[in-house]
Amino acid sequence: MTRYALAVDLKKCVGCKACVVACKAENEVPDGVFRLTTYEVEKGSFPEVDTELRHDQCRHCETAPCVSVCPTKASYTDDEGLVRIDYSKCIGCKACMVACPYDARFINPEGGYADKCTYCIHRVKEGKEPACVNTCPTGARVFGDLDNPDSEIRKSMRNNRVSAPKEEAGTNPKFYYLNKELEEVRA
Amino acid sequence: MTDFSRRDFLKLSAAAVGALTLSGAGEFGETKAGAAPNYWWQRETATKSSYCDMCYWHCGIKVEVADGRVAKIYGDEEDPLSQGNLCPRGQAGVRQLYNPDRLKQPLINVGERGEGDYRKATWSEALDYAAEELSKVSEEWNGPESIAWLNHCTSGSWFSHIAAAWGSPNNGGPAHSLCLGSREIASQLTFGLPVGEHMPVDWENTKFITLIGNHIGENTHNTLMKDFMGAVDGGAGLAVVDPRYSTPASKSDYWLPIKPGTDTALLLSWINLLIRENRYDRNYVEKYSTGFEELKNRVQDYTPEWAAEVTDLEQRKIKEVGREMARYRPHAVVPPNRKASWYGNDTQRLRALFILNALLGNYGREGGFYFNSEPWVEDYSFPSMKLENTGGGCGGGGGALGEDTLPEDVRERADNKGEKFLYGSLSEPELIEAMASEDPYPIKGLVVSGNNIFHSAPKKERTKEALKNLEFYMAMDILPQEHVMWADVVLPESTYLERYNDLFIGHHKSTPFISFREPAVDPLYNTKPGWWIAKELGERLGLGEYFPFDDFEEYLNERLGPLGLSVEEMKEKGIVKQPQLSQPYLEDFESQNQDPPFGTPSGKIELYSERLEENGLDPVPTYDDPEEPPDGFFRLLYGRSPVHSFSRTQNNSWLSEVDPENEVWINSKATEKMGLEEGEYVVLENQDGKKSRPIKVKKTERIRDDCVYMVHGFGHDTPEMERQDGKGASDIEMQSDYELDPISGSVGMNVNYVRVAEKGGSS
Repeated sequence: MTRYALAVDLKKCVGCKACVVACKAENEVPDGVFRLTTYEVEKGSFPEVDTELRHDQCRHCETAPCVSVCPTKASYTDDEGLVRIDYSKCIGCKACMVACPYDARFINPEGGYADKCTYCIHRVKEGKEPACVNTCPTGARVFGDLDNPDSEIRKSMRNNRVSAPKEEAGTNPKFYYLNKELEEVRA
Repeated sequence: MTDFSRRDFLKLSAAAVGALTLSGAGEFGETKAGAAPNYWWQRETATKSSYCDMCYWHCGIKVEVADGRVAKIYGDEEDPLSQGNLCPRGQAGVRQLYNPDRLKQPLINVGERGEGDYRKATWSEALDYAAEELSKVSEEWNGPESIAWLNHCTSGSWFSHIAAAWGSPNNGGPAHSLCLGSREIASQLTFGLPVGEHMPVDWENTKFITLIGNHIGENTHNTLMKDFMGAVDGGAGLAVVDPRYSTPASKSDYWLPIKPGTDTALLLSWINLLIRENRYDRNYVEKYSTGFEELKNRVQDYTPEWAAEVTDLEQRKIKEVGREMARYRPHAVVPPNRKASWYGNDTQRLRALFILNALLGNYGREGGFYFNSEPWVEDYSFPSMKLENTGGGCGGGGGALGEDTLPEDVRERADNKGEKFLYGSLSEPELIEAMASEDPYPIKGLVVSGNNIFHSAPKKERTKEALKNLEFYMAMDILPQEHVMWADVVLPESTYLERYNDLFIGHHKSTPFISFREPAVDPLYNTKPGWWIAKELGERLGLGEYFPFDDFEEYLNERLGPLGLSVEEMKEKGIVKQPQLSQPYLEDFESQNQDPPFGTPSGKIELYSERLEENGLDPVPTYDDPEEPPDGFFRLLYGRSPVHSFSRTQNNSWLSEVDPENEVWINSKATEKMGLEEGEYVVLENQDGKKSRPIKVKKTERIRDDCVYMVHGFGHDTPEMERQDGKGASDIEMQSDYELDPISGSVGMNVNYVRVAEKGGSS
């Protein structure tokens, strides 16, 4: 089996948004919508203050509510464990958007279908990293196969503290933060 | 991910989803969204080599072209600067190329200057007119010195080339006086070597880093960001001195929220501590430096106890950080920053910083600063020029310590170097002042390329007066920025993705390399490459002999030939590295029985500067308190967004989408006192009554309560560019004052103060 996953090392991330723009370019994401965004959280009070980055995108959950809720089976889980959308089957009903605990989906304003991150599977199949991982100047983004113990992601998960955002949603996301220090402050 | 929230959807669509569950999907067949997209990577693509022009780091890039359109730009893995990664700006070059607001044809002004009343012109019409007007200015105002050339783009070096060939010493740009000039002068005074474009800090071997007002990560200079985070991730200790909890502060072990303007006091106290506690590198200092005893005597009162009072920092923290530096030396480094001009005492502040590094024994040592190798490409052989070409981009911004050696028939620079300041290349704000005042002599012609003088130089009103005092003003640019729409002739340049440029000669970790730029696509609209524009103008000015090539491939082949390379080969390779010939450390010179490369008069690191003393200036840095903000005012600090380059990218659709406007950072307690809410708009007013455009409040614990902060480059007044027009506020509007550095001619702009004048407004 192959189970692709992505991790962001928050110790290394400087919030430069190179990943955000790489995603827009690679996937021709229309103006006004994003498959990937980042934002900063702030904690404490002067001078005992701290900040940390957060990344929002599809987590390719193993128990994906967007898949089970889809009335036309446009949303599905593929052989690599990725949550995919068959755009030709999508009717734009937005049920998946409601179901997603990560707010990762949007309606593509040009196509009218639900859209989101694919972990750049078209690149991965050519042996390349997802565009966001490829461009990251500080190497904060790590991608790979969870079922391969020698993959970069497995290595980085062994060597760093690992957490998954909103784990309590129970969807078994395949997206992790490494070295997260601060609790969420944003709803 | 969109404005559409799940809650809104639940309200609106529960009924529809319910109906779906009951009646099945078939009924919704007609509403099916349509065909799947045909992405660029599903089509045939061609890959072109280039180097980035979205900032001056000049990362090597690969450009993917599908169906004649640039689809994607990414880092060239062979390039030592990008190492295959690219910042957001570099990737968004696509949207500079396809920006619908680009300048599309030459324009000639038909109204009053500043009113933006233009007619379209052909290239020959515009260039004939420009050459005629420039010649007229030169004839009527005693020669080509009466024309100033202010460039800040890659092709701008060709305009500087004209200035040098023709004989105008008023040739430069913002890079020296508004950015890194004081750093370069201070380094040359101390070590006899400039820092140079790509700061040679030995990040991978350092164990303790101290950053002072240095915003790596907010400045997305690719390699710097990569190497800095590599060092921190590898376990190097980090202290960050900044009134604001910056991005690097968030990665630090020690944050020292210093009172703005007191940095020199802190630096001197660390020098004091290293000497008093005998923690400096005595062997290094004895071997490589001069003036230690004088230094020791002059810093003896600058104790950490004293500095704690002055800087508003904890004494314990000052001492602890100083001792950490000493503990890890020479693998401890205090890198200078790039935007070095702050308060007008900048060369002396940076002298203190370099002296501190010298006491740590890190200059030319592993974990400190390494030595760059010399460039290895022959210059193109032009006929002898009247003057040395001092213009160009940041590379031309270093400035030398020597006298300008001008021929007798050429008048001195008009920026009053010698009178007002001692060293360095052109001081842009002082030249603008001379344009307005006609002191020391009238400047009546101006050529500007890639340099938004309404956003780069302080005292904007004075800049307008200077422009009104001109007889002829020509601008070359890509976009109709504010300063462009004041020009009498506007020349639209092709973007870097549509043109050739000169080779980029760089170094990283002592490895010299050259990068190549070819057009990825044909120029859009009626635009032309900068080299072509300059050549056509030069020929019309009777300077054709200085452009002895017919096309740019010919020029490039002439430079590449001696290296056994050609344009055709470079199209394949993109980047060519020189085999490692470097001597990064002092020990490499010693092992080859060579003297250390310090280019000072003494041949040593000059802790005490006799050159400064001879000019009546402090030979060892001293400390003076900064002026306090007036009652009720905050000091205005400014900086960078990781997704924007200066004031030139706010109209780029990918970049403006992720960072559309700036905010004014105000300490939370201060906002509470003023009754300000997060996200509300306010108008700022400075000490001279200048008001800003409305700007959003960022209520934050990340800044002291005696200063506020905003990102530079916003607050445009460009009706031609809707995406950026009126978004956020411009720090330059509030910088109606500056403090001139008497050594480097740099201008410190952190001497302006603002208060919240009114609430309300919108962007």
